[in-house]
Amino acid sequence: MAIAPTGPGRPVALTSGSLSLASDGPVHPNEHAGHNPDFLWRNPEPRAAYDVVIVGGGLHGLSTAYHLAARHGITNVAVVERAWLGNGNAVRNTTVIRSNYLRDESAALYEHCLTLWETFAEALDYDILFSQRGILQLEHHRSEVRDGHRRIASNLLNGIDAEWLDLDDLARFCPILNLSPDVRYPVRGAALQRRGGIARHDAVVFALARAANRLGVDLIQNCEVTGFEKVGDRVTGVITTRGRIGAGRVGIVGAGRTPLLAAMAGFEVPIQSSPLQALVSEIVEPVLPCVIMSSAVHVYISQAHKGELVMGAGRDPYTSYAQRGSFHVLEDQMAAVLELFPIFSRIHLLRTWAGIVDVSPDASPIIGTTPIRELFVNCGWGTGGFKATPGAGWLLAHTIATGTPHALNAPFSLERFETGALIDEHGAAAVAH
Amino acid sequence: MLLIRCPWCGEREEREFHYGGDAAVKTPPVEADDRTWAHFLYWRHNPAGPFTERWVHNLGCRRWFIAVRDTTTHQISATWPFGANPEGSG
Amino acid sequence: MKRRPDGGAIDRTRPIAFRFDGRLLTAFAGDTLASALLANGIAALGRSVTAGRPRGVMSAGLEEAHAFVQLGIGAESEPLVRATGVEVFDGLSAEGRITKGVLPGVPETARFEKRFAHCDVLVIGGGPAGLSAATTAAAGGARVILAETGSRLGGALLRDQEQMDGHPAAEWIAAAGLALRRQPEVRIMLRTTAMISLDQNGVVLVERVSGHLPATERTGLPDRRLWQVRAREIVLATGALERPLVFPDNDRPGVMLAAAVRTYLHQFALRPDRTVVFTTNDDAYRTALDLVAAGGTVAAVVDVRPGPAGDLPAAARAAGITIIDEAEVTGTEAGPDGVLSGVVISHDGAARMIPCDVLAVSGGWDPAIDLIHQVRAPTRWDDGIGAFVPVPGPGGRQVVGAASGALTLHAAVTSGHAAGVEAARRTGFETVAGPVPAVRLWREEAPRLVTRVPAPDGDESRSFVDLHRDVTVAGVLRATGAGIQSVEHLKRYTLTGTGVEQGRTAKVNAAAVAHTAIGLPPGGTTSSARPPIEPISFGTMAGRATGPRFDPVRTPPAHDAQAAAGAVFETVGQWQRARYFPTPGEALAEAVVRECRAVRTGVGIMDASTLGKIDVQGPDAAEFLERLYMNRVANLKPGRARYAAMAHLDGSLFDDGVIMRLAADRFFVTTSTSHAGPVMDWMEEWLQTEWPGLKVWLTSITEQWTTLAVAGPSARTVLEAAGTDLDLSREAFPFMAVRTGRVGGFDAQVARVSFSGELAFEVSVPGYDGAALWAALVAAGAGQGITPYGLEALSVLRAEKGYLIVGQDTEPDTTASDAGLGWMIKADRDYIGKRALGRRDFQRPDRYQVVGFRADGPVMEGSQLVSDPSGARPIPIAGSVSTSHWSGALGVHFGLARVKGGRARIGETLQAHDGARSVPVVLADPVLYDREGLRRDG
Repeated sequence: MAIAPTGPGRPVALTSGSLSLASDGPVHPNEHAGHNPDFLWRNPEPRAAYDVVIVGGGLHGLSTAYHLAARHGITNVAVVERAWLGNGNAVRNTTVIRSNYLRDESAALYEHCLTLWETFAEALDYDILFSQRGILQLEHHRSEVRDGHRRIASNLLNGIDAEWLDLDDLARFCPILNLSPDVRYPVRGAALQRRGGIARHDAVVFALARAANRLGVDLIQNCEVTGFEKVGDRVTGVITTRGRIGAGRVGIVGAGRTPLLAAMAGFEVPIQSSPLQALVSEIVEPVLPCVIMSSAVHVYISQAHKGELVMGAGRDPYTSYAQRGSFHVLEDQMAAVLELFPIFSRIHLLRTWAGIVDVSPDASPIIGTTPIRELFVNCGWGTGGFKATPGAGWLLAHTIATGTPHALNAPFSLERFETGALIDEHGAAAVAH
Repeated sequence: MLLIRCPWCGEREEREFHYGGDAAVKTPPVEADDRTWAHFLYWRHNPAGPFTERWVHNLGCRRWFIAVRDTTTHQISATWPFGANPEGSG
Repeated sequence: MKRRPDGGAIDRTRPIAFRFDGRLLTAFAGDTLASALLANGIAALGRSVTAGRPRGVMSAGLEEAHAFVQLGIGAESEPLVRATGVEVFDGLSAEGRITKGVLPGVPETARFEKRFAHCDVLVIGGGPAGLSAATTAAAGGARVILAETGSRLGGALLRDQEQMDGHPAAEWIAAAGLALRRQPEVRIMLRTTAMISLDQNGVVLVERVSGHLPATERTGLPDRRLWQVRAREIVLATGALERPLVFPDNDRPGVMLAAAVRTYLHQFALRPDRTVVFTTNDDAYRTALDLVAAGGTVAAVVDVRPGPAGDLPAAARAAGITIIDEAEVTGTEAGPDGVLSGVVISHDGAARMIPCDVLAVSGGWDPAIDLIHQVRAPTRWDDGIGAFVPVPGPGGRQVVGAASGALTLHAAVTSGHAAGVEAARRTGFETVAGPVPAVRLWREEAPRLVTRVPAPDGDESRSFVDLHRDVTVAGVLRATGAGIQSVEHLKRYTLTGTGVEQGRTAKVNAAAVAHTAIGLPPGGTTSSARPPIEPISFGTMAGRATGPRFDPVRTPPAHDAQAAAGAVFETVGQWQRARYFPTPGEALAEAVVRECRAVRTGVGIMDASTLGKIDVQGPDAAEFLERLYMNRVANLKPGRARYAAMAHLDGSLFDDGVIMRLAADRFFVTTSTSHAGPVMDWMEEWLQTEWPGLKVWLTSITEQWTTLAVAGPSARTVLEAAGTDLDLSREAFPFMAVRTGRVGGFDAQVARVSFSGELAFEVSVPGYDGAALWAALVAAGAGQGITPYGLEALSVLRAEKGYLIVGQDTEPDTTASDAGLGWMIKADRDYIGKRALGRRDFQRPDRYQVVGFRADGPVMEGSQLVSDPSGARPIPIAGSVSTSHWSGALGVHFGLARVKGGRARIGETLQAHDGARSVPVVLADPVLYDREGLRRDG
């Protein structure tokens, strides 16, 4: 079996039998955390009431609070978080950012998010290590090639950058990718979104929290919501482990815990909560210049700024809140990554973990109103919520501030499951991202 | 990886099984309204705690069965064949 | 440190040659890479990640924070391997890359294997507690697996000079090992690390099988073996890890954990010239005593506690060792190479410098309980030992010895024996604890928790909390100053614990520094350790599921016959299917035109065996299919077939195929290739869970049958030439009839179904006759010019007829009526998915509908249909091209597309845009060829 990743026309710098792209690799020179600012946030006691209470201090909750303050001038806002800010999927995801979705509604939504990412560091005054290094969707089967071309054409018409890379292009773009025809599922080409990439998830948590705090938002940690106070069909406050907090409006941004919160508030969301595992390697010299996704062998991988390889694949099938998944899912993921990169055999699985992902029936999010007046919800992002951080908060803030969904999130209503106007993105979520 | 007791074959690794989700879904009559049908199609129990769910031993005896599994600990407290428990049959 | 002329567990008769950073060095068999480097005087292995400070070996085990190397060369070059866990062998080569590895540029050559095992009792750790538990449980007959991460049994006894029953501990270890090896149901696994806890008492182990051997001795062996063990009972005897102390310049090469200094002395015969001990507890006095006993110099024991009066300090005093109590090390000094040359001691308000080459530090002991953290078992902070200890949990798992927080040897053997008895009892074996060996019960005083020695000058930017990630006290305080209160935020702000060793020795100190700064007690929480315990190579995780073993390759029985006929195959799911059969020098497009022409004007043959086939039998079989398919089934007569489709519960198309009724109570149902498994699963699910009352039996027979399609105007002639007892006449064997008889000398089931639109017979025989049937039909068709055709030609033929492929020409939400299959839907009764079609959005006229199109030029599949591709984005998209071909028969480019409200737009011209170019297309009825079906029915 020929699995040599190098060959004619595939320039790879080899030094003493080892591979290095250090001179032109993507890794940020400042690999230490020294660029974190001297001050992040206050740790206030909750006040008796706020104009808006956001339940859930993850990225989307923080982003909602930030956008309420920054765009709508609503600063009397609390974010209540049961543990610590970002403790859920914010710090458990693999930070992939892209907007090359197929469905028009999704393309518009995610492109809005990506556009916001492109100025987010500036807006938040924080180096979030946003890196548009390009994201490759590898196509192995002929049916995937057809879908790849379809997605590219559709993206371009939707104003989203997209291009096709053939094998020669791929060899130049990602020299260590195994393009041998003698593997089980040879790569035939790839769809590239150059504007796609990654950001440092921890930095985004810190950046949003700091920016929200600066604008007057109270970030209240170790404060678990145990109930909702209602008058008739209108929400008036939240009951927490730190007492009752009155609220003019409430946004539930609970990801995998949203079904539990919705049940407390008296409505239901069609969400299933499952583990999604991810893992990192130890730190190695830069080798992987882009984000790689493959549905056929079922894995996605990138190299973080510090140098770890970050990987994920599909979610575990069963309902779970345990934040751990099953070992065989990881075994399959490692086999898949070695199909693409046989030279990763001696790199190590350093840490693995699982988040709880909130998966909706059509694998698209729910952002909008609920059957309870003044209560709004954002959930159902499943395996792809990180990339939506700026836009999801922007849209939920708009919906909360105006009481009405924005045109971009109107199609992503809770009602669509009754009328049948689903926005099926299972294809996009076949391999988590 | 879970170790699951198939009521027919005994304990086997999760790899041999396929998950079937909420065991309490009841098919409504065709006359039911759209809202009822939407709930039937898309709404599933999603509890944090004991969950009565369906599994099939698809790389073994290929029989469906019911399990009660705690979604916060992954402990499986009981499994029984489909239909053996009147509460469990979907 | 220098090598002693005698002592230790090394074999001086077997010198080992190895390389470090290119230098050729020697060691002895029994050395680790760490001990070998120390013996060669290599104090600094590399420089730290951000501060760039020299760092050397600081432990003898899992606690290691500095001594990581790039191990091996070429294909076996492995990044960030812990030097304290590597046994040296002839030919070993390593580089001192301590925080960042490099990738080998060449592919793997070694093999990695997997095993599964079940046992009654899994004992993790081969120290005194684990050995006690294992021998006791095994004595009762329990099946025991004992996993020990090191190359020898003994654990802490290998570093401590204890007597057991009046003899050196080594004798007890040997006896325990012998007792275990005599038990047939016991497996002792050395060099085996328990990595990951699984639910239901599973543990993932990694066994290092041959990586520690010289290359010449590895032949035939896997490098590593990954085990998944299910144990009815687990005994965790994983010991405890020594915690370093935090003080200015505490990172220099030469600052080592106190117990590690004993390990190097007793195991590897390495002794410092002059040592200072800095401790918060009694255990480190053992180091001082052992060094002195071995002829070394201990300049002082610096103890943070006032007047230590336990047995060990007393013995130290008796040995003439200077003890400086209520004192601290407040700094270190180094020579020009950065290696430790002395320590600054602060005592009674005065500071003084003591020269030394090793500073042995002990900040206490943390039970090694990450395995139970992984499954979120509860732990608690124990003020007595100043560490987190496990809370006894429900059955199935016991924690013994130092891992439980009981740090003495006496506690280890006592708790180990008790756990062995209990584990045996719980698994159904009666046993009694053998005599617990008599060991000296040292009277030890409580340690004092000191997690940080303040810098005299207030500069704590060189007081390292996380030695691997270069996180200092100053860095932690900056985080708390920023508002951080959670240890998880601390980790992410400072990167504490994100190194290759996950900050194993850093977490308690870092949390304590932070908690003190914000006014919390030192216990609280630490950030969670994530699996695995130590890094596992990707190759070990993947095992042998690489290359051709990544996923099974499926081939139908007539595969080789098609290969001999010149087929170019393509991968369709797991299957290999013939795409086309080029003649020498013929291009794909030419071959497809030729193959299509053969089917349209003569005869072709294709292997359709990958289609799913399900045998449905029973008195209720018709009723069962009636409920699943949107067509009527009950009125299908035996000997007749019907094209049929099924939907998901939400009304979307699931699959299509042919239902053949062989008898009143027997059906032969085909599915598309990709849905063979899912349809079978779907049928079984409904039968078992919703309709258990139906008397129906289902059998998947996809792989048991070969199905060859003979298609074209001459198909009848070919079958007749092959020899058959069937009457093939149009009257006796009409379209959509199915018969059984002899064809070409084989018992066959023959169906007049057609996916090409031509006269066609699908001949099915048992798989073992498949290749021979292919040969027989090809021979029989020679006179008619029978032409093998592949998937590409089939796609042209079926598209000309407007036959769609579910999954290619449909979306996940396409319904039967969207696909133009609304005629199938039976009005008079329900089927799965029917009710969902009544929902509001399924009635909209602007749904995407499948239509045909013609074009003047080639159209790329995947092209988007728009009215005008120029102008500002976004541009409204009207549809998408799912199939596109050149039709030789019609002389036109054509295909299928999904278009919004498409059926009402037939005749309209749109632009097919592929991202770069646009081609005008005219929407058309999907059926372009033989609309009346005369050829098919012929």
